[in-house]
Amino acid sequence: MQKLETKNANLWYGDKHALKDINIAIDSNAVTAFIGPSGCGKSTLLRCFNRMNDLIDHTRIEGSFLLDGEEIYGKEADVYELRKKVGMVFQKSNPFPKSIFENVVYGLRINGISNKQVLEEKAEWSLKNAALWDEVKDNLHKSALSLSGGQQQRLCIARTLAVEPTVILMDEPASALDPISTSKIEDLIFTLKQDFTIVIVTHNMQQAGRISDKTAFFYLGELVEFDDTKKLFTNPGNERTQNYITGRFG
Amino acid sequence: MKKHYLQKARRIDKAFKIFAFCCTMFALVILAVLLIDIFSRGLSRINWSFFSSLPSRFAERSGILTALAGMMSLLFFTIIISLPIGIAAGIYLQEYSVKNKFAKLVEINIANLAGVPSVIYGILGLQLFVRIAGLGNSLLAGALTLSLLILPIIIVATREAIRAVPNSLRQASYGMGATKWQTTKRVVIPSALGGILTGIILSISRAVGETAPLLVIGALVYVPFIPEGPLDQFTTLPIQIFNWVSRPQEGFILNAAAGIIVLLLITFLLNGIAIYIRAKWYKKMKF
Repeated sequence: MQKLETKNANLWYGDKHALKDINIAIDSNAVTAFIGPSGCGKSTLLRCFNRMNDLIDHTRIEGSFLLDGEEIYGKEADVYELRKKVGMVFQKSNPFPKSIFENVVYGLRINGISNKQVLEEKAEWSLKNAALWDEVKDNLHKSALSLSGGQQQRLCIARTLAVEPTVILMDEPASALDPISTSKIEDLIFTLKQDFTIVIVTHNMQQAGRISDKTAFFYLGELVEFDDTKKLFTNPGNERTQNYITGRFG
Repeated sequence: MKKHYLQKARRIDKAFKIFAFCCTMFALVILAVLLIDIFSRGLSRINWSFFSSLPSRFAERSGILTALAGMMSLLFFTIIISLPIGIAAGIYLQEYSVKNKFAKLVEINIANLAGVPSVIYGILGLQLFVRIAGLGNSLLAGALTLSLLILPIIIVATREAIRAVPNSLRQASYGMGATKWQTTKRVVIPSALGGILTGIILSISRAVGETAPLLVIGALVYVPFIPEGPLDQFTTLPIQIFNWVSRPQEGFILNAAAGIIVLLLITFLLNGIAIYIRAKWYKKMKF
């Protein structure tokens, strides 16, 4: 069974038809990249998987969005439980103005966990998994805002991991970072896919080529092509994909 | 032709600079004269007995004990009443209410309320609290009236502070499965606390100086006792000053000047604390 799946998924922002009949099935424990020019719907689709679009007024949805075969937008679905299973890392790193430690354990605290030992173990586990532990282990109680941009983004990843989601959605997680920080995040994504299903939106096609197993190309709200990354970049089946990845538009 | 035009532009530039400088100096000089006048008259009257004496019909024996005590009690009740309501209303309007035309109308009206002359609040308080609610000219009636006066300020300040919290922080919280209240309590309010506190202190400093609404609701000008409960009568420092200024004897004028010094120091202190908190908070919260 596929981890995430959509069937004839449509989405409107007011009058704007932002997603048009999307059918996609995303493998678990793999990295799937969404590429396409700005406004093509890739971020919108990403945000459907943990219902972050609920926060935007005048959004209307049709069709089926499934996580482990269950309706994400079903009547029985609990949006809070969903977001614990489907974590999200944003384009701009957004640590809370709290200590590094408090940032990582935020997701545990909102679940009512306050046992110090549990929190400390979880914080260490998350920071190690986010490849940040060695850099911050002596400064856990310093403000998260004192970290560099790249460190802040890895802190946000650690914060997401702490809730132990099964899926991590990443919305251009490295677009605001320098090349060295970017390569650290990419290495991290590569390691994380052993335990997590990762969906990443990126404008950087080299990045998609480096880190993803499968790539989906979106254009004007439609899913144009979805295939193994190698195949899509070397031998695309659609002319629009070809034009986009060779830089003829976009 | 063009050169001539440029020369003219530079002359105007220079003239405006001098004009603006003169305007600034004018305001500063007036303020300085006022302060020097007050301090030269009042400073001699400021000693321990001025703070510890009850009012008296002899100027030299008069003090501000009851006025200070009345003011502190009044502020205490005002804060207890207006803080929870003001902050909760600010949070509701900014985080929870649906943004439609009605919300817009409420927003504009609250902003307008902050600008209503304080004597109007006094008249409202007189009818509502003193007469209908039957509280008389008590501390509680005064505190309720002042609460009406500073509520809009607290609400607006709370809203502004909350509005300044970047949406990305809310999204991060929601993205981990937090509810709206968890997000508000754990992320939004702590991030906005500096701004909220600043607004509260500034509103208190406004309440400290208010005289008109309290006179309207009948705060006494001569109170020879310290209020012991919310239903006691009271006086405050501005009213005491107002009373002294209206006396013909030179001694009371000196008392008034000394009272003004105390009032000014309290206001400066409050504003100073507000500025300090704001500066410290902004340094900590450079999102």
